[in-house]
Amino acid sequence: MQFLLQFTIDVLSLGGAYALMALGLVIVYGILKLVNFAYGELIMVAGYGLFLMNGSGLPWIVMAAVAVLIAIATGVATDYIAFRPVRAKSVTAVLITSFAFSTILQNAALLFISPRARNVPLPDLFSQTVEFAGILIPARNLITIVASILLLVLFAWAMKRTVLGIAMRAAATQFRMARMLGVPANLIISSAFAISGFFAGVVSLLWIGRIGSVTPGIGLEPLLVAFIATVIGGMRSLQGAVLGGFLLAFVNTGLNYTLPQDLLQFRDAFTFTLVILILLWRPEGLIRGPATGQRT
Amino acid sequence: MKRGNILTLVILLGLVALLVAVPAVLQDRLTERIATAMAISLVLVVGLQTFTGNSGILSFAHIGFMGVGAYASAAITIPVQMRGMALPDLYEIIKTVQVSGYVGILIGGLVAALIAAVIAYPLMRLSDAPAVITSFALLVVLHTIIAHWSAVTNGPRTLFGLPSVTSLPLAGGIAAVAVVVALLFKESRIGLLLRASRDDERAAGALGANIPSLRWRAFILSALFAGIGGALWGHFVTSFSPKAFYLKETFVILGMLVIGGTNTVTGAVIGTFAVTILFESLRALETSLNAADIFADQVVGLTEIVLAMAMMGVMFLKPGGLFAATEIGPLLLRRFKKKG
Repeated sequence: MQFLLQFTIDVLSLGGAYALMALGLVIVYGILKLVNFAYGELIMVAGYGLFLMNGSGLPWIVMAAVAVLIAIATGVATDYIAFRPVRAKSVTAVLITSFAFSTILQNAALLFISPRARNVPLPDLFSQTVEFAGILIPARNLITIVASILLLVLFAWAMKRTVLGIAMRAAATQFRMARMLGVPANLIISSAFAISGFFAGVVSLLWIGRIGSVTPGIGLEPLLVAFIATVIGGMRSLQGAVLGGFLLAFVNTGLNYTLPQDLLQFRDAFTFTLVILILLWRPEGLIRGPATGQRT
Repeated sequence: MKRGNILTLVILLGLVALLVAVPAVLQDRLTERIATAMAISLVLVVGLQTFTGNSGILSFAHIGFMGVGAYASAAITIPVQMRGMALPDLYEIIKTVQVSGYVGILIGGLVAALIAAVIAYPLMRLSDAPAVITSFALLVVLHTIIAHWSAVTNGPRTLFGLPSVTSLPLAGGIAAVAVVVALLFKESRIGLLLRASRDDERAAGALGANIPSLRWRAFILSALFAGIGGALWGHFVTSFSPKAFYLKETFVILGMLVIGGTNTVTGAVIGTFAVTILFESLRALETSLNAADIFADQVVGLTEIVLAMAMMGVMFLKPGGLFAATEIGPLLLRRFKKKG
């Protein structure tokens, strides 16, 4: 029983973070049908934002808000710098420019800050533990669960009920038709990048809350996770991304508990093989989103 | 072969010959090392071009196969008396196998091609974004296995003791072979059909092109060159760790191909030259900045930033790269005719 509870909380807290990562990636993919390779760096810039504000004397919650704003701004900048100039030209070109933009951000962090890990300010709450039904639970895991559930509910509501949400869903389904009906294309795409940045910022707080420090390469793992989760769940559907996130957390946690030590180091190879197999079986992912029209 | 293609071949092979000749004339160690590294990059980039250029599918997995080639060659060429130290847990069967570096390079390429042939066949059905994502996933899988299979690769630690057999003439020679093979492949029946499928998948399929099988053959060929290139590199630097075969290297190789132009062999060759020259001059600048102690900290990453900006610049202005569609031979002939 205790084991089951422990396992559930591990899966839910990891899955919550994974689901948010995946949503941030898929919101852009859904509309543009393009992977943003610079997504991981949005998480990195938020982390460095926190680091730079260290010792500024601001309350932590303000620093966190500013960090999220930095991620949003970088997300919109990705659109303007890497996507907009080549969006209509070729898929390969966009993949390359977003890859290049990610390299620029990473190396800028190397060049201007440091290749070494930097500690970020975190509230005490993140390092406390809660005892519940005989097991010790880190408070940050509970924070992650609560934050991700809140955000997922809020996001689902916004996509269903607000004008922007409806316009974005329309753009993801039939971009050309949506434009003909008066949905402004550039605004929708920029909003998608802003939302992507918002999720990245929140994920950054939760993720760095686990690790405690930020490095130039910190974005790689969340990017890979978001990648796998969206591929598993379905690259065209938002529900798919969430499902993929939780499924991946379930698989990873399960492998952590069951694999012997010498096989555990190959865990990534197992999960990525799973990705390849799922893509072969269902190239669209587990949840098939709405049929899509032309890219911009 | 048409006149244009012969001209292309002559020009590209001339460039490779120049690459081998200049350091020999200059008699400079550093130039020779840079030229050798450039020749190895040529093998890798031209190899990648045979798949990506003809099929239109961006492949991230290539550097993984480069790693496979390097490690496969290492496992059979490190001198037996040193191998106990470098790879203590190596399997009994290959523990006593000892071949020369040249054979090792060839076998490295063959192993990479064999692995590619086995795992890539089912993947070739995918097009567009799923294809790119699977190739990325494949890179991660290959990297994870290389970084943790301690028995054969010494795990994440540095593997040392490879015999140093890669000389500039050898690397240049193999680069020349790669250029010839890539051009021949492009003009072959398979290459033509594959390029048709790149331009219009449905039309090519309707004409009876078996697209997965065509892509598969191109992928094997390109993995062969990746493996050979990796083994060449391994015998050039003689010690390396799995980190060498991951995203950073992928970025450089892709950058070379994309800046030059994915669809042409000329693009692959010119891109390699341009990026290497840019890279080396920036690195020299970085080193001299660090030596001069102008800044408090070491300057790192400047090279990558400029390369990334160059890539973006080329993508904005010419999304197909410098040589987007036509090889240099026909291009020159056309210009010549216009004037005359």
